[in-house]
Amino acid sequence: MIAVTRALVCAALLLAAVVLQVSLFDGISYDGVVPSLVLLIVVGAALTRGAEFAMTLGFLGGILLDLAPPADHVAGRWALALVVAGYLAGRVRQDAGQSALASVVTVAATSFVATSLFALSGLLLQDDSVSVGEALRVIPISVGYDVLLTPFVLPLVMKLFQRLDDHQVAFS
Amino acid sequence: MSMKDSQQRPSRSLLVLLLLACATLITLDYRGGEDSPLAPVRAAVGNVVGPVEEVTSDALAPFGDIPGFFRTNKGLRDDLARLEAENSNLRSELATTSLERNRAAQLDGLIDASRETGYSIAPARVIGMGPAQSFSRTVLIDKGTSSGIYADMTVLNHDGLVGRVLRADSGTATVLLVVDQGSVVGGRLGSSLEVGFVRGRGDVGGDGRLDLQLVDTTAMPGKDDVVTTWGSRTSAPYVPGIPIGTIESVYSSPRELSKQAVVRPLVDFSALDIVGVVVNDDARGGVIRAGELP
Repeated sequence: MIAVTRALVCAALLLAAVVLQVSLFDGISYDGVVPSLVLLIVVGAALTRGAEFAMTLGFLGGILLDLAPPADHVAGRWALALVVAGYLAGRVRQDAGQSALASVVTVAATSFVATSLFALSGLLLQDDSVSVGEALRVIPISVGYDVLLTPFVLPLVMKLFQRLDDHQVAFS
Repeated sequence: MSMKDSQQRPSRSLLVLLLLACATLITLDYRGGEDSPLAPVRAAVGNVVGPVEEVTSDALAPFGDIPGFFRTNKGLRDDLARLEAENSNLRSELATTSLERNRAAQLDGLIDASRETGYSIAPARVIGMGPAQSFSRTVLIDKGTSSGIYADMTVLNHDGLVGRVLRADSGTATVLLVVDQGSVVGGRLGSSLEVGFVRGRGDVGGDGRLDLQLVDTTAMPGKDDVVTTWGSRTSAPYVPGIPIGTIESVYSSPRELSKQAVVRPLVDFSALDIVGVVVNDDARGGVIRAGELP
């Protein structure tokens, strides 16, 4: 029962993040770049519940990003980038603990890695939309924007996952 | 419990499993091309997520102007506290009315465009934009196959050419903007009728430009010359005669034989709202029909 609730909450959270990322564009986009809410959720999951949970969330959220309209790239590219992001964030958590600075650095590092991986996979697959110059322009903006949003979103996400965790412990 | 162990060292096997799953997905979708096995999945997700995005976009419309509030309030900081409640009420009202007024003007523009070109146009609203992190420049519109919109139809607005429909679900459709780096449009110069290819640079901002390469190596485009679509016999994906932009500058690169020109698009791609899709004359639903206009 608890597992079902938890799965539903996670699915709703990912869907909300993907929809907001697409629909809020004219209010918050800077030069076309929007903050990557899905990435913040993955990092929050990694910092509270470890790498395995974060990788799974990253995979599902990535697939949603790949398939939800108006996406028009080869499916699986964001999933790949976010699985790696979840793994890295989970590793950082063991090494660096849970200070505020550590989580900001984690967001910056994973955002850089995920966006770069997405761009690289596009270059490898010869996607016409991706060029090195464009990637170099977009990646710093997207890292900066994710870091800017971290203090507002990450604590909420972490609190939510912590509560899901508490419930599980209480009932099992 | 195993979860506690997993916090010590993340499972390599799960990482490998998920990475392999991603690689499989990428391979399936990449090798499949147009008839990828993931196309039905994409359509299904579109049919579910599209309406959600539409509702969210509607609900969040008044918040789109929030950055503007901060700018205009800069000089009023002193009496901000007193006026805040009153201001926010009035401003949100104003934001919505000015939005409605803008939309009415854009619709009028579409009706004019239909009258001038003779095409039937299905009006639609842009409800989502692909983020720049995904690199492809696409937008989502709130009409789909139920309004007679299918893949490879021309999308325009009151200013000029916007792009073409990539794929359509029942209630939404994905549009590839002409500024996308993968977009190529056949273009024709207004003054000399020379033809060429217009390519996007991938930048949607105010300084986003297109590149025009003319087929005739001796042709010389003039500044401020208007570039329109060239069109094809079947009028897909682009119908002829839709203005794309004006020539901003001309240069010749040593690598290419023909002249290159920089085109400034007529459409403001960062502020797209009401667009029109050129549909067949027998399409049902709210369509502006050229033949029935006064």
